[in-house]
Amino acid sequence: MTKQIADFKLVEKRDFGRSVLLRLRSEQALPDIAPGQFVQVRVDGSPSTYLRRPISIHDVDFQQNKITLLVQQVGEGTRHLAAANLGDLINMVFPLGNGFTLPEKGENVLLVGGGIGIAPLFYFAKVLNDKGIKPTLLLGGKTESDLLRLADYQQLGETFVTTEDGSIGEKGFVTMHSVWQKQSFDKIYVCGPKPMMKAVAKLAAEKGVWCEVSLENLMACGLGACLCCVEDTEEGNVCVCKEGPVFNTRRLKW
Amino acid sequence: MTIDLGRGLVLRNPVMTASGTFGYGEEYTDFVDLSQLGGIIVKGTTLNPREGNPYPRMAETPSGMLNCVGLQNKGVQYFIDTIYPRIKDFDTNVLLNLSGSTLEDYVKGAEMIDALDKIPAIELNVSCPNVKQGGMAFGVTCAGISQVVSEVRKIYHKHLMVKLSPNVTNIAEIALAAEAAGADSVSLINTLMGMAIDAERRKPKLSVVTGVGGISNATDAVEFMLAGASAIEIGTANFIDPAVSAKVAWGINEYCERHGFEKVTDLIGALEC
Repeated sequence: MTKQIADFKLVEKRDFGRSVLLRLRSEQALPDIAPGQFVQVRVDGSPSTYLRRPISIHDVDFQQNKITLLVQQVGEGTRHLAAANLGDLINMVFPLGNGFTLPEKGENVLLVGGGIGIAPLFYFAKVLNDKGIKPTLLLGGKTESDLLRLADYQQLGETFVTTEDGSIGEKGFVTMHSVWQKQSFDKIYVCGPKPMMKAVAKLAAEKGVWCEVSLENLMACGLGACLCCVEDTEEGNVCVCKEGPVFNTRRLKW
Repeated sequence: MTIDLGRGLVLRNPVMTASGTFGYGEEYTDFVDLSQLGGIIVKGTTLNPREGNPYPRMAETPSGMLNCVGLQNKGVQYFIDTIYPRIKDFDTNVLLNLSGSTLEDYVKGAEMIDALDKIPAIELNVSCPNVKQGGMAFGVTCAGISQVVSEVRKIYHKHLMVKLSPNVTNIAEIALAAEAAGADSVSLINTLMGMAIDAERRKPKLSVVTGVGGISNATDAVEFMLAGASAIEIGTANFIDPAVSAKVAWGINEYCERHGFEKVTDLIGALEC
């Protein structure tokens, strides 16, 4: 897939408190973008932010050359991004990484998202819908306000929810949801905090189900050059930015 | 814009990409036409494969990043068998950065690289601070540098560039020792503050220096050249703008035109005080 470096104009912004949705439009036609790939965003005007920030691709509109990001404010870099104003130009290198392996038609697919990790599952679910696959979604958060755009996710497939405080859906973690007892799946895709992904990977392994996870190790180049973001795998240390961010859990030494 | 660094290493322009910041060049071909560069210096390679340090390996700072990758690579033989065939026909100079923990590692590695037609130079890394035996032992004393450079020189017939550590009391002494032992040039990882000056000629004492460290635009590059560098390497800036190397090459050209320098070599050491 051809990578681009381009300025995008911020054309829509939605505030979700700690997180923000940024819809960005390029003057250039977008290259192919696979669900699960990510962008490296340059953060301008933040004195303490030197490196680009890797952000998953939340949605793509190829007709209008738009990429949408769901950004959680976790540090100075993301705080600066979240403070961008409509009309601001934001420079991105994209699309990076490998993306999720597409399932076969007819397979039962479960997408599991935790916290801001739900972000790339939106574009993934849309692509699956386009291919005639209705995924099941299992989304978890600490509390109701973590479940961003829940109504929009519900349009893309049957959606189950857990919250740690029980404010919406079943109380507890995603691995504790009753859907695991009621349904079986051919492929499971996970994005969220590492402990949550490890727990789901363990559950999938116990059930003998194929499972992919999307990692977010600390990155610098995003292109596989600097070897900073490595994950320990069966083949040794590999770059999450280039060989991932999506890995089949069989490859990982979890 | 041509720069002749000696012993067959002729750069189209002074801009190279620093080892460890540009992969094998393949990672950047969507952003940079490699024929616009003087050369690329590919990842630090050791005789035997190395897994490198465990994650995490990087810490961001307001002005750059600290890293401790630990020379992760699959070894010289893997490079020869798998990577070299893919990159040997790039329309630019491909230099290999060679590291080692023993004298034998350096000599054996260099001997294997010597046989590769399309690698016109080795950048001998005697300055990796991130592994227990990353060649630093050779790079911090005049005796150490003399030993490794003279042994490699015996069996390596192409351009030998030596990348020096800034973590020494006097980098100029080490650089002069490298040159005396047969190095064709040195790449100075730090600024040129420690450079030795030939007062009579009003020139740097070293004939060929490649400047490395914090170059992110053409002005930075020109500053290094005015201070005496024959060529420059771009490092971490590749992470912020993957196309920066070609932009710096254009910018140096533009600078030369604007200031009436007919040849880019006229910039070298042209600082007026």
